[in-house]
Amino acid sequence: MLNKQILAAGLLTIAAPAMAEPPVLSVLTYDSFTSEWGPGPAVEKAFEATCACDLRFIPAGDGAALLARIQLEGAASEADIVLGLDTSLSAAASATQLFAPHGKNPNLDLPVSYADPLFLPFDWGWFAFVYDKTKVSEPPKSFEELAASDLKIVIQDPRSSTPGLGLLLWVKAAYGDRATEIWTGLADNIVTVTPGWSEAYGLFTEGEADMVLSYTTSPAYHLIAEKDDTKAAALFDEGHYMQIEVAGKLASTDQPELADKFLDFMLTDAFQSAIPQTNWMYPAVTPTTGLPAGFDAFRPAKSLLLPTDKAQSARDAALPEWLTALAR
Amino acid sequence: MADRARPLNLGAPTLAALLLAVVIAPLLLVGWRGAGLSLGPADWAAVRFSVTQALLSAAFSTTLSIPVARALARRRFPGRLPLITLMGAPFLLPTIVAVLGLLAVFGRSGILNQTLIALGVPPVSIYGLHGVVLAHVFLNLPLATRMILQGWLAIPAERIRLAQSLGFGAHETFRHLELPMLREVLPGVALVILVICLTSFAVVLTLGGGPSATTIELAIYQAVRFEFDLSRAAGLAGVQLGIGAIAALAAWVLTRPAGFGAGLDRDLALPAPEGWRRWADGTALVAVTLFLTLPLLAVVLRGVPGLADLPASVLPAAGRSVLVALTSAVLTTLAALALALASACRRRPLIEAAATLPLATSGLVLGIGLFLLIQPFAPPMSLALPVTILVNLALSLPYLYRILLPETRALHADYGRLADSLGLTGWPRLRWLVLPRLARPLGFGAGIAAALSMGDLGVIALFAGERQATLPLVVSQLTGAYRMEAAASAALILVALSFALFWAFDAGGRRAAA
Repeated sequence: MLNKQILAAGLLTIAAPAMAEPPVLSVLTYDSFTSEWGPGPAVEKAFEATCACDLRFIPAGDGAALLARIQLEGAASEADIVLGLDTSLSAAASATQLFAPHGKNPNLDLPVSYADPLFLPFDWGWFAFVYDKTKVSEPPKSFEELAASDLKIVIQDPRSSTPGLGLLLWVKAAYGDRATEIWTGLADNIVTVTPGWSEAYGLFTEGEADMVLSYTTSPAYHLIAEKDDTKAAALFDEGHYMQIEVAGKLASTDQPELADKFLDFMLTDAFQSAIPQTNWMYPAVTPTTGLPAGFDAFRPAKSLLLPTDKAQSARDAALPEWLTALAR
Repeated sequence: MADRARPLNLGAPTLAALLLAVVIAPLLLVGWRGAGLSLGPADWAAVRFSVTQALLSAAFSTTLSIPVARALARRRFPGRLPLITLMGAPFLLPTIVAVLGLLAVFGRSGILNQTLIALGVPPVSIYGLHGVVLAHVFLNLPLATRMILQGWLAIPAERIRLAQSLGFGAHETFRHLELPMLREVLPGVALVILVICLTSFAVVLTLGGGPSATTIELAIYQAVRFEFDLSRAAGLAGVQLGIGAIAALAAWVLTRPAGFGAGLDRDLALPAPEGWRRWADGTALVAVTLFLTLPLLAVVLRGVPGLADLPASVLPAAGRSVLVALTSAVLTTLAALALALASACRRRPLIEAAATLPLATSGLVLGIGLFLLIQPFAPPMSLALPVTILVNLALSLPYLYRILLPETRALHADYGRLADSLGLTGWPRLRWLVLPRLARPLGFGAGIAAALSMGDLGVIALFAGERQATLPLVVSQLTGAYRMEAAASAALILVALSFALFWAFDAGGRRAAA
């Protein structure tokens, strides 16, 4: 076994061209970013065309798995950039002290002001309950209306899923001390709580629930990719909680300049125009070509977002409330 | 014992020690990275729920599988062999696929509730503890049936003929032939199911209906991902392992060798009593067939429409998965055979533990531990393939061991002394005695190992590199990108390939045994 490895290594050395290898920039990101249906392939092609480098994605589960991974690896990480944390995780990510300041002040097309010394947004979205217009004729206009209705919903567990955590913060941001009351009211509407987004969305498309916690842009996927205009997002009067997905440069990077170059590239058209129809989120900087059809269909009047430092303490307070209200 | 030449030395103690190290070292490493072990009240609630649902799932799966296995053992009817082969299928389904298949039958808009509503009866909800148990029975009853059926078929024809000539009725046959067999086989079957259900995660959460259905594995997830509290994760994983160890000990105490003695391998069907027992057997068979095939049919129907426009990347991913599965199957079968042969002549706690505990490990903690273990020496991504195979081996070996153990015990009791007196040792003993006599369980076990290795991806997520996607990963990428139809089709291909591998090994084993 070992002999074979040595032999293989030897052969590879001989076969390698004499020219210098281009520098490698490693981006640790979530799985669906790198898949062939995600933005990864387009982003890699566009960046490699300009950087004289090799852009490599290291896939690592989902957003929360990224944070665990980077804490495991610490300063020994191979990665130069972490892409795909969100605003409910960024306080914990800052606290690891593994990230370096980006030193940029870009103009962003976000409905709220957002600035963080360590993290730059690359896309964002509003959480929303998605439903089928042919089955639900009068969607609720608030959590209270939803709780009073007999509509059945599927949500994600805040302990294992970032949308689930987003919903927890949404209710907390909109209702504060009344959050427990809202959850108690919602308890009989909840069919089940799934470990992740895809299980919940799968149950919804199979007809197990009337509504599913997803994003306001989910109906756009069905409209554009499936020519199906029956899906809609229910707009709530109390406002919609936002998810802003961010990227940051690791302090331990051996390619600091290339990493800076990538962060600049991240907010250009070449990167941003890939976002809407792969990640099905709003780009952080609207590309000159504009947004695809369906992205303007469900725009909430009010956006909710807890400041990064408050999000963590709000979660710690809201999780026990959630558990108590839903434990039957 | 020590001064006598071992008839077959396949390095079992070393292997067992290695397996235990694979299970325990990562746990210790994770605990060491944290600062000691600590558990809160919510964690203990998760422990309680995990144990409750696992006990219920194991009890129902095992109990319900007895009449089915008996009916399959003593009745001959057209479609019997396909039904036995089909018993491999539910067990091989990726959990989310199995859950969606079950929901097509038992869900809010499933066949059952549609029928109830049409009849004017209020619909029933699958979500809750009963739904979790139902899903676990769906996944594990077929495996239990196969393992118990194996026991029934191993009762020598001579004992059956003797029973007949003594005029045994159904009651005496049960007491003198079937009960001893069950006492040998059942504890192991129940143990495997209990331990696998203990670590169940996606099924419990999706069908549990709410946060009161929280398992240890979810608590570990939360500890690692949102709190990065490694000591809590290690503590929880340790508790899970401890429960697995207690269950293994209980099964070990309860198991009694049947001691039927050797026969001449004549083929003789068990007596098939008439009257109400015939109807009871028929009912058991029809019920289990419906229970298994309806959700499977739903899986197939969901997957077929998207088959035509599946992405090209499914093909190389499928190739990679099959390669991993075949390698894992061969290695696991060899390892399980070595362990089962070694503990055939006398009971060996070390081997017993090594062949059970891997099932009770937390996939996440195992992954993290291996990651921490490898990281100082090599980039973990470069070892993705060997780690995958190692983990597959550790996680599927317990099944094979349980399948092989009753057979190696019988082999040792019946032919051990004869082979020893003939000086049949080493390779000739393996070639002329062990392999031919164990062909049937070896084929079945290798099929299970291959199919299991097609499915699991939880542990290796930390090691996945760029463009190394396996089929389960492609399925999860498709669902993550809204492509539910394509995901259902890719999942169908995954199931079909797993089942084909399982069938090839299983049928091969049966042919070699015939």
